[in-house]
Amino acid sequence: MLKKIMRYSGQGLFYGLFVSVIGYFSVAPAYVHFPADQALIKVSFSHAGQPLEECRVRTAEELEKLPPNMRVPVVCGRERSPVKFELELDGELLYRAELPPAGLSRDGASTVYQRFAVPAGRYRLRTRLNDSVRVPDFNYTQETDVTVVPGQVFVVDFNAHTGGFVFK
Amino acid sequence: MLRYLVAQSGDEIFRRRALLKTIQRSGRLAFTLVEHAFDHAFGPRINPFYHLGALSFFFFWVVTASGIYLFIFFETSIEGAYRSVEYLTHEQWYLGSVARSLHRYASDAMVIVVLLHLAREFVLDRYRGVRWYAWITGVLLLWFLYASGIGGYWLVWDRLAQYIAVVTAEWFDWLPIFGEPMARNFLNNAAVSDRFFSLLSFLHIGIPLFLLLGMWIHILRISVAKTNPPRAIMIGTLLALTVLSALYPALSQGPADLDTVVSVVRPDWFYLALYPLIDVWSPGVAWGIAGGGTLLLMILPWLPRRREAAAAVVSLPNCNGCGRCFADCPYSAVIMLPRTDGLPYDSQASVNPDLCTACGICVGACPTATPFRRKTELIAGIDMPLLAIRTIREKTLTATTKLEGQDRVLVYGCQPGIDLTGLAQKGVGVLTLPCVAALTPSFIDFVITRHHADGVMLVGCAAGDCYHRLGVDWTEQRLAGQRDPYLRGRVPRERIATAWVAPSGAKRLTQALDAFRSRLRDMGPYQKGGSLPPPSASPSSNHGEVSDAAYRLG
Ligand code: HEM
Ligand code: SF4
Ligand code: SF4
Repeated sequence: MLKKIMRYSGQGLFYGLFVSVIGYFSVAPAYVHFPADQALIKVSFSHAGQPLEECRVRTAEELEKLPPNMRVPVVCGRERSPVKFELELDGELLYRAELPPAGLSRDGASTVYQRFAVPAGRYRLRTRLNDSVRVPDFNYTQETDVTVVPGQVFVVDFNAHTGGFVFK
Repeated sequence: MLRYLVAQSGDEIFRRRALLKTIQRSGRLAFTLVEHAFDHAFGPRINPFYHLGALSFFFFWVVTASGIYLFIFFETSIEGAYRSVEYLTHEQWYLGSVARSLHRYASDAMVIVVLLHLAREFVLDRYRGVRWYAWITGVLLLWFLYASGIGGYWLVWDRLAQYIAVVTAEWFDWLPIFGEPMARNFLNNAAVSDRFFSLLSFLHIGIPLFLLLGMWIHILRISVAKTNPPRAIMIGTLLALTVLSALYPALSQGPADLDTVVSVVRPDWFYLALYPLIDVWSPGVAWGIAGGGTLLLMILPWLPRRREAAAAVVSLPNCNGCGRCFADCPYSAVIMLPRTDGLPYDSQASVNPDLCTACGICVGACPTATPFRRKTELIAGIDMPLLAIRTIREKTLTATTKLEGQDRVLVYGCQPGIDLTGLAQKGVGVLTLPCVAALTPSFIDFVITRHHADGVMLVGCAAGDCYHRLGVDWTEQRLAGQRDPYLRGRVPRERIATAWVAPSGAKRLTQALDAFRSRLRDMGPYQKGGSLPPPSASPSSNHGEVSDAAYRLG
């Protein structure tokens, strides 16, 4: 009898231990993923740079040599320019990158995804982007004053169709 | 130069083997200590450590059942997901919350038992040789298991799910496979789409189904796989998990909001232990650990590889096609084929050496493997090249010739089990077999009725934890007359003892042997057709699991 009680309490003990371990480690210890007093600037866009070379109009002789079904008057190279991007915070460079076009023939979009943790507060933000090797300077620039609160996610996106940088 | 290289690689293999042995030995010691404690509480038959694979199956079913219930109420939209889970947790606290918590906790339990199962197969050296198949498929199961669990946390769409979504995306973006960063899907609230969420819900059903398929593939190569744990531990664990679910229900960690960053999370460490490394170190390092770890596990069976002893061999002139070897082989290494040699039987046995672990259990099942046959013609229908039945007969005779007294015992032990060398003494002979079930019961008959010893003791692995999976079960059933070939009725049962012992049971094994011998002395020598044992001398005292568990035969 005593032996039986001992056995069952032993089993109870092990079951208790088992579910305690499960209960505890399924939510603890907590983990600090991001400092509570900071904000996060996410830079992310996907933008296809302009063609590397300017499109060219074929001459009449050139067209003559081609089979009739391939006589397209304008030829454009497929390869795209890399996209140059810069992010400045209060006049200081935070991030600079030259983003290569995707794809084996380098004809895809240039993409970026970067995160920057910054202390909450007010900043002067300047972003600049160049998407053509044929343009010497940045062809998109945007500057703004932002105030970020702790925990805020501030997104810097880019969309050429809507006129350039999008801050959210 | 070549010789130098060969010597070098020989050294290398030797070093690796030594390292491996050390790790295995210390792991085994740790398991032995813990299992010993569990043996006391549960008894060896229902010791959960001996049913880790089966428990994995059981927890899978608990997760499935609770998951089906949750799915009825779950809404697969971004808005609806969190809301519906909250509804289950708070409005339906009596059932929905319990189902949710069971779903979570049983998934955690599954991780625990699967990892223990892996570790145990490793330290017991049951992952190399012909077992490479179960090992490799097992490693792949880990990925499906983790993908299933992590996907589940994602669906809740709370702050933890948000953390998982962002970090997983960043982790996968490190691989050069996506054109557009996956993390762009989770830039802010505007970026997430219901479509992506539906895909996730779909994956959370699909991946577990693949897990189940994988579990089935995992056990394909062994026969009579134990996919159900003993009822007592099913009830026990389910009860314990239900109590936990009721007292400490699983909760969400606030609704996801991608416009703010997750600061503190409470991860489920069973599934998410690697996640902090992704942002503390880097996605690349985390891939190195996950990928490198997987790769290491995958090649482990060949570091170094184990060669099994020579496989069982069929001798057609002696095989009558009864199929008992086929029925008893734990590794599905025997198949029955149509007869090819013109003898008047329907079928014949055939061994696939790639599956054979040389356990000898087929020999123990073969009715032709009997020592009563004349020595000159003693070749069994199926036999082990390294320990042929004729050799076992000879060794039996050698081990018994020098024994004296009225309490002479021949102990048949098994090689993977407890070391028996210390047991041999005046009056006790020891013969070690690949598995205790490699012995046909006719040997027991032979030893006792021909007066080679006064009693026979069979020593095998702890009941429920047979190294060769089914050896103990088959032996018990043969002795009890429930399985062919069974022990003939003329053999006095009180002269047979069994002891199923874990490696930690050496002392109690000695005690059991001493007690057995003292009973033999009381009985006096065996006489043909001798008196039937009085009912009180029931053989039960002869059968020990060398634990506090009560013995039950069959
Ligand atoms: C979902 C996870 C898993 C389940 C449900 C599972 C289930 C099982 C079951 C039921 C058995 C048969 C036990 C028996 O009847 O003797 C088994 C054997 C085995 N498992 Fe697993 N297992 C899982 C994961 C793993 C993992 C991760 C590994 C190692 C990497 C592994 C390695 C093995 C080995 C080596 C055997 C022995 C096969 C033999 O004795 O020949 N398993 N498993
Ligand atoms: S020795 Fe074992 S594994 Fe090989 S065929 Fe016989 S029973 Fe099967
Ligand atoms: S148990 Fe023996 S006789 Fe029967 S099929 Fe197998 S080898 Fe043949």
